[in-house]
Amino acid sequence: MTGEKASGLLGLIFMSDSSKINKSGMRLFMFRIFGLFVLINLFSLSTASASLFKTENTQIQDTAKFISRFDSLNNRCFKCHGQERYEYTNESLGKQVRGNMCSDRIIHKNDFYSSNHRSFSCTDCHSDEYAKFPHSGELRMEQKYNCIDCHGGDVKFAKYHFEEIDSEYRKSTHFKMEDQGFTCWKCHNPHTYKITVRNSTNLKTTIEYDNAICLNCHSDYSRFQLVSDKAEMNIIQKHDWLPKQASHFANVRCIECHTKINNDIPVSHLIQSKDQAVRRCNECHSKNSILMASLYKFESKEQRRDGFFNGIILNASYVIGANRNEYLNMLSLIIFVLVVGIIAVHIMFRIRNKNNNN
Amino acid sequence: MYLYPKWIRLWHLVNAIMFIILIITGLSMQYTDKTNAAYIVGFAKAVKWHNFAAFILVLNYIFFVTGNLLTNNGKYYRIGEKHFFSNLVSQFKYYSRGMFKGEKHPFPVTEERKFNPLQKITYVLALYLALPLLIISGIGLLLPEITIKTFFGVSGLILTDILHISMGFLLSIFMIIHIYTCTLGHKPTSLFRGIITGYHVSDEE
Repeated sequence: MTGEKASGLLGLIFMSDSSKINKSGMRLFMFRIFGLFVLINLFSLSTASASLFKTENTQIQDTAKFISRFDSLNNRCFKCHGQERYEYTNESLGKQVRGNMCSDRIIHKNDFYSSNHRSFSCTDCHSDEYAKFPHSGELRMEQKYNCIDCHGGDVKFAKYHFEEIDSEYRKSTHFKMEDQGFTCWKCHNPHTYKITVRNSTNLKTTIEYDNAICLNCHSDYSRFQLVSDKAEMNIIQKHDWLPKQASHFANVRCIECHTKINNDIPVSHLIQSKDQAVRRCNECHSKNSILMASLYKFESKEQRRDGFFNGIILNASYVIGANRNEYLNMLSLIIFVLVVGIIAVHIMFRIRNKNNNN
Repeated sequence: MYLYPKWIRLWHLVNAIMFIILIITGLSMQYTDKTNAAYIVGFAKAVKWHNFAAFILVLNYIFFVTGNLLTNNGKYYRIGEKHFFSNLVSQFKYYSRGMFKGEKHPFPVTEERKFNPLQKITYVLALYLALPLLIISGIGLLLPEITIKTFFGVSGLILTDILHISMGFLLSIFMIIHIYTCTLGHKPTSLFRGIITGYHVSDEE
């Protein structure tokens, strides 16, 4: 749209009109209302298309602000494990050798220094022996820690209820695959995982981040078959029954429907089998929506602290049936009662009038 | 006198049926409860029927507007004649006092004047302001991906929703009053008969 046209439309909508209401005035008014909506729609379409063309910056730069006190120590590892290509001097051959790092062994420095475990040195969790190169073959057999090994029984972490998270996980459908090698790390990559929902200022990013964790295996069969013998499935097809699928996938997390809510732990970890997943619209689309105990849990706490209009509304979330305005409810009820009352009084007078005439 | 041609009666009938479906299903969606999944009708069913009825309603509305443009039925909806406000007041006075004293109707129905001034302004507001707003906000809720995300820091969808339910509510209130005022004809049933048969019976006949 050209600027001239836009300003013309704007002018038509916002132009002040002091003339009396007349035929053409009324028409002009209607036209302006329509014009305003046309503009709003054009605006929304343009923002929608802008987001379509958003390109992702794939260049790796040092963007993490955190400065580790183990920086120089860790850099010895990142030198090879921080990117796809590594390079070393083979002493027996006496020459420089280049190779490709196996993708599972790559840890991007930015991701690590933005993660929850950023303050650690690599050898806090991995053997000191890794400081030597070439690494000894036996190190592959190294026993790896899981969450509870560090977080369990520690008063510092008591408020996160790691023990209860662990016992919930043990009831979950994922635990059945422990023998196949399922661990906490399958979802919470120790090198990159960061808590988002608790500190989130943008719920959309949290949703995207958290869903990517599930999709990492559930939409990538090469990873999925590492822990399961099930046939490949198509998430989109499996959710065919769900109306407005794309909207749902962008606005709620998989765990909203696929876990059992437990208010004692920050985020429910009891992933249930697909037969137990939420399928009824009303579970979320209602006044006592389960989303208030899951996705909006931390926001609703925030809201209580900051007052009425914060949190949920500011984060641009809207759920039909769950978002209700109590004041509007009350107002509409009052108007309804008034109208019915006036009609009743009118009927009464008519009946009395008729009787009098007779 | 023959006042309501067939196409108007057809439009009116479809409009009424769709509106009743929309009110029932709309209330079901707005006031669903987790423990009471079948509030009037269940949520999933309500969504389907609401979308279907809305689609028919929009087509019907286009039919109505086109009809008004092509025939001279549109003239009944033109406002801005002389003494506009005082006419409104005298019609209001008739409903609240005059009719009980046996006064004559200040604006008897003729082929030139189908609607009294109060009737005309409510019809114009309902059909040319509230209904378009209801339809546009409804499209905004049907296709949330094209609705503006935030408007001055408040969710665009919530504003669209508030607009939608407010217009829906006002039109429902309109419907209640509309049905009641239709009992104010020659006999309580004559105006209902009129919109079915097309013939208007006035007090004078």
